[in-house]
Amino acid sequence: MRALALDRPRENYLNINYSLKSWLLTTDHKRIAVLYMISITLFFFIGGIAAVLFRWELLTPQADVVQADTYNKLFTIHGVIMVWFFLIPSIPSVLGNFLIPLMIGAKDLAFPRLNLASWYVYIIGGLFTFLAIITGGVDTGWTFYTPYSSSFSNSAVVATIVGVFITGFSSIFTGLNFIVTIHRMRAPGMSWSRLPLFVWAHYATSLILVLATPVLAITLTLIGLEKLVGIGIFDPARGGDPVLFEHLFWFYSHPAVYIMILPGMGVVSEIISAFSRRRIFGYTFVAVASLAIAIIGFLVWGHHIFVGGQSPYASVVFSGLSFLVAIPSAIKVFNWTATLYKGSISFDTPMLYALGFIWLFTIGGLTGLFVASLAFDVHVHDTYFVVAHFHYIMVGSAVMAYLGAMHYWWPKISGRMYPEGWGKISAALIFFGFNLTFFPQFILGNLGMPRRYQTYPAEFQVLNVMSTAGASILAVGYLLPLIYFLWSLRSGKPAPANPWGASGLEWQVESPPPPENFEELPVVTQEAYTYPAPALAPSPEAANV
Amino acid sequence: MVDLPFFAPQASTIAGQVDLLLLALIGLSSVFTLIVVALIAYFGIKYRRGRAADRSQPPIGNVKLELSWMAGLLVLAVGTFTWASLIYLRSFNPPDKSLDIYVIGKQWMWKFQHQEGPREIDTLHVPVNRPVRLIMTSQDVIHSLYIPAFRLKYDVIPGRYTNLYFEANQTGEYHIFCTEYCGTNHSQMRGTVIVMEPRDYQNWLSGSTVSAPLSQAGQDLFTQLGCSSCHAAGASVRAPSLVALFGSQAPLEGGGSVTADESYIRESIFFPQKKIVAGYDPIMPTYEGRITEEQMLQLVAYIKSLGGGASQAAEGSSQTGTQVSTESPALTETPDAAESAGTPTQP
Repeated sequence: MRALALDRPRENYLNINYSLKSWLLTTDHKRIAVLYMISITLFFFIGGIAAVLFRWELLTPQADVVQADTYNKLFTIHGVIMVWFFLIPSIPSVLGNFLIPLMIGAKDLAFPRLNLASWYVYIIGGLFTFLAIITGGVDTGWTFYTPYSSSFSNSAVVATIVGVFITGFSSIFTGLNFIVTIHRMRAPGMSWSRLPLFVWAHYATSLILVLATPVLAITLTLIGLEKLVGIGIFDPARGGDPVLFEHLFWFYSHPAVYIMILPGMGVVSEIISAFSRRRIFGYTFVAVASLAIAIIGFLVWGHHIFVGGQSPYASVVFSGLSFLVAIPSAIKVFNWTATLYKGSISFDTPMLYALGFIWLFTIGGLTGLFVASLAFDVHVHDTYFVVAHFHYIMVGSAVMAYLGAMHYWWPKISGRMYPEGWGKISAALIFFGFNLTFFPQFILGNLGMPRRYQTYPAEFQVLNVMSTAGASILAVGYLLPLIYFLWSLRSGKPAPANPWGASGLEWQVESPPPPENFEELPVVTQEAYTYPAPALAPSPEAANV
Repeated sequence: MVDLPFFAPQASTIAGQVDLLLLALIGLSSVFTLIVVALIAYFGIKYRRGRAADRSQPPIGNVKLELSWMAGLLVLAVGTFTWASLIYLRSFNPPDKSLDIYVIGKQWMWKFQHQEGPREIDTLHVPVNRPVRLIMTSQDVIHSLYIPAFRLKYDVIPGRYTNLYFEANQTGEYHIFCTEYCGTNHSQMRGTVIVMEPRDYQNWLSGSTVSAPLSQAGQDLFTQLGCSSCHAAGASVRAPSLVALFGSQAPLEGGGSVTADESYIRESIFFPQKKIVAGYDPIMPTYEGRITEEQMLQLVAYIKSLGGGASQAAEGSSQTGTQVSTESPALTETPDAAESAGTPTQP
């Protein structure tokens, strides 16, 4: 009997069934996470190709690569795809999906079939949008400002809106599932004060997903109605008000930025703690900061309208609230830094990504205060300064966190180790390429270069060339992990259950985890991040590996 | 005034204040970033795994420390916020005597209309050291008028008038950009503002081929559209008098009142049923779709020229010696209106 057990590979969620049907009809949160991972990766590269094309156009001040309309479609595709089909689902739908049940000691999410439905809804929305892009494109910018989108644009606005509208439901399903799971499915002993900060961050994110996404749906529906039946809510020729659209849109889209960054903050808390072998400094403050960011984040939308026909006094209030958001964000940065004190720090690839995150997030966050400062925002609003600022948050920080998480949990997800040397090279390339791409854009903005410009005065060319050069390095940096992750599936070293010596329940199960996660439900007796990490209960299979 | 590298030229009274704020922000942020990076580097070296260091009893938190850095940040945030807000609010204060220039944005050009008559496209002449007020609207989508050298922009929105106040303090030519994405040739919607010595500006104005002031065109249009058949004194149909209306408080049917500014006049012509003057019947037809935004500006200029509580702007212009307010309109048959406008009656 024992010899037989040794010969047969241990059963895990990947090898239990190889049929396509078993993947497409799975309700296992881990498999759904993998489905999401594949889909968002495809969308990331579509959005990335659009970016490469318009950065190429921007090498020279004149229009020489594409037509003006094509240029406008390219940056719109880039924004729409990256925001709704990559960034918003990225960490929550891939890593949150995979890890939340493992981290809280549950066998699955609360609603496994709703989870599968969310992926299908996402794919249907994605196909709709993709179809709109290839059949004609859309040229409104991802912000769909009226009355341009509702009365003037001749592009496929309605089809795109329908796609985004549908995808919104996948966000709502995921958010709802996480909230219920975190409330109801925690293992015995897993109290709120013992939850990993990754779970806290996803709890805060889910609140935003559930509360803000319906407003986007309503707003997009109004544009559709305006375009198809002419209800006249945004069209000034019918007595409507286009600025109303800006309020509605940013009521969703500003909190959406926190949907993109909060999960990343959760990832960084996990990685910093694991690679310092230390309990996170100020656990409660870091956890509460996530909730504070989510709540205050709902009250700052007006800072997108400082120069857009909003009362100056309202602008002052929105500016003040925007400054307030900086405080919980800074708390996190301070606590991550303090966690290193008296730690036992190793600089493996995930840690490099996490430290890169802290640096880039600090710059992105602080420049957020620049644009929250009313008088300065008037100057740089809708210039490259803003483009640089939000890319430091949404790419520099959020994508760094996503890739850091992918490296950190790749052994758990795939059961294989990625090549460490290449991992470090990719982290360094991305950090360098990112800064070369986007730091010059701060200067461009301060010099006055507006965003969404295909042609520009010649004096801005040098900085644009730097930016395009950086984007090329960044592109290589992003391709590398795709290549070596795929390579590692076949040729990577088999991963032990806990390659990093990290605490956390997900490291107490085999890599990859068994289909049901835990053979028997764990009982939690310790705080999160207790080091040294508890030893794994040895099993004969593990010894064999 | 110093020209800093990585800064646009400074050419308005507010530009220096904004740049000082930016320098302070850069200073504060650099200190913050350096502290974080230095601590990470120091801890990273000192507590690198495998290196001997005192790791006994690492702290798991410190409420006093957390509260004190929160308090420190709050103080800095409130300070910066207040400073930036004060500059911003000041930039919205209408100056006492401003030179009013009308702006219409359209896909993909800027149209500027001087009260004295001259019209320009994508080029704007203004005098140096004189407050200017741009009264802006769009005839299609949202645009945004941005002059980096002035550190100022404001959205140009269809269906309403927005204002941008500035005072240029350096002669020269500076970029005008549209900064709200507006369709195909958004990046071609650029122009130049030419800041001139007052004397040169006067010469430019008088050298212009269009000699009739804007309000004159408005008056012609007023007659042509038949507005005068109701709004003129002694007209058979009863409609509110427009004499001395501008800048006054117009009482509304159902209580309340509204300041009769450019936006109110525009709204009353396009959407006459929205705000009914107390004591009058809602009988005025809409002119939505019948006149262009440019013609609307002519009508507004004409009604402004009829005088009223806020006629300083017109007076301000007249001090420069141009003919702006000498056209006292034919409608001012009531002598008090002419008085309140402070201009001689029409010969």
